[in-house]
Amino acid sequence: MNTPIRFQIDGVEVLAEPGQSIMQAADAAGIYIPRLCDVEGLEPQGSCRVCTVKVNGRTAAACTQPAAADIEVENDTLELTNYRRDLVRMLFHEGNHLCPICEASGRCELQAMGYRLGISQPTKYPYLQPARPVDASHPDIVLDTNRCIRCGRCIRASRDIDGKSVFGYVGRGIDKKVGVNGDNLLATDASIDDCAIALETCPVGCIIQKGMGFYKPIGERSFDHQPIGSNIEGNRSGAAHREETWRQGEE
Amino acid sequence: MAEQHKKRIATASLAGCFGCHMSLLDIDERILDLIELVEFDRSPLNDLKRFTRRCDIGLIEGGCCNEENVHTLRDFRSNCDVLVAIGQCAVMGGLPVMRNAIMHSDDPLKECFDEAYIDSPYLYNPSHQIPNDPALPLILDKVYTCVDVVRVDYQIPGCPPSGDTLWQTLVALINNRPADLPYELIKYD
Repeated sequence: MNTPIRFQIDGVEVLAEPGQSIMQAADAAGIYIPRLCDVEGLEPQGSCRVCTVKVNGRTAAACTQPAAADIEVENDTLELTNYRRDLVRMLFHEGNHLCPICEASGRCELQAMGYRLGISQPTKYPYLQPARPVDASHPDIVLDTNRCIRCGRCIRASRDIDGKSVFGYVGRGIDKKVGVNGDNLLATDASIDDCAIALETCPVGCIIQKGMGFYKPIGERSFDHQPIGSNIEGNRSGAAHREETWRQGEE
Repeated sequence: MAEQHKKRIATASLAGCFGCHMSLLDIDERILDLIELVEFDRSPLNDLKRFTRRCDIGLIEGGCCNEENVHTLRDFRSNCDVLVAIGQCAVMGGLPVMRNAIMHSDDPLKECFDEAYIDSPYLYNPSHQIPNDPALPLILDKVYTCVDVVRVDYQIPGCPPSGDTLWQTLVALINNRPADLPYELIKYD
């Protein structure tokens, strides 16, 4: 029997199994650490950096950083909230995120993160408005890469769960994008039943299942009433905590 | 106290669909309370085309897609103490900004006009002319958000922001305190 690791998140003592990441231990303890590229069931890759926390004063991605004994983790602080706001803002400004016409609106994790972090006011960042393609070649699936945030969840799901590697990263830096293993999606062996195509895999509206459009009315969608992370926080003090974070003024 | 300073509000719809103005009307009977608290200056709601005097609050719907939008927006900035961008079009360009996807082309305006007036399969335009009446405002090379053109004090996202959102924001602005909007009222769609 392994002895659990004890450490602190925002002064609250948390227990972790050996080998668990800070994020896994926090989830189990009902403490929500915001994240976009990490999702249960896939290998963490630590690329979106929204889960950035401070471990003994140094920043680290909570989804890849192993929990260790006696570390002091900062999560819900104004400094980190402002980091996360900037990261999420940059994602919004980097692609073409037109929430009013997106069928993922209301269940989109990027949008929900904007809501949770209280992003609404003018910022210094310009909208890059890139020209990006839409791939509607497949009979059941559309790829609208305008909305892609390059979280790589489809890549990991297709490679590790479906065993198909339909998706992969192409390019470097600002030109990095998610490509498909073929001329277009039709030329790959992607199928509507793939885990990579499932609604929960793509956090935004990039991978869209044809014929599903706007299947839930406004008011019944995932994040219409409950902020993202509520399922982890449950009904405990999280609600009050959340309210507090949300009201921390914009920088 | 109310008599001593009744706030003056001006509103305008630039490259928008008037949905945000419709949403403002969606405050229902609270509009009677609103009219006790404020008076409307330049606005499509009363059809005043020019500012009669300086205003406390300017509400802008829509971004800028033509030069007239830019003139109007600058006029609002110089005549309003507090300028509020309302709705996704004003905040980030909204649906009109989809035109910017072709701004990377060598001749984006021609491409835009050709698509709208010449090449579209759903078009009846036997003369193959692009509208060029001098009375028409010149269209810009791309769609700009309000923040691209002037300094904006506040933004209210939404497509449109709900009547409740607009009401609570206006009440807060009128009373010179921050708008304390609950989670449900900030939406990007």
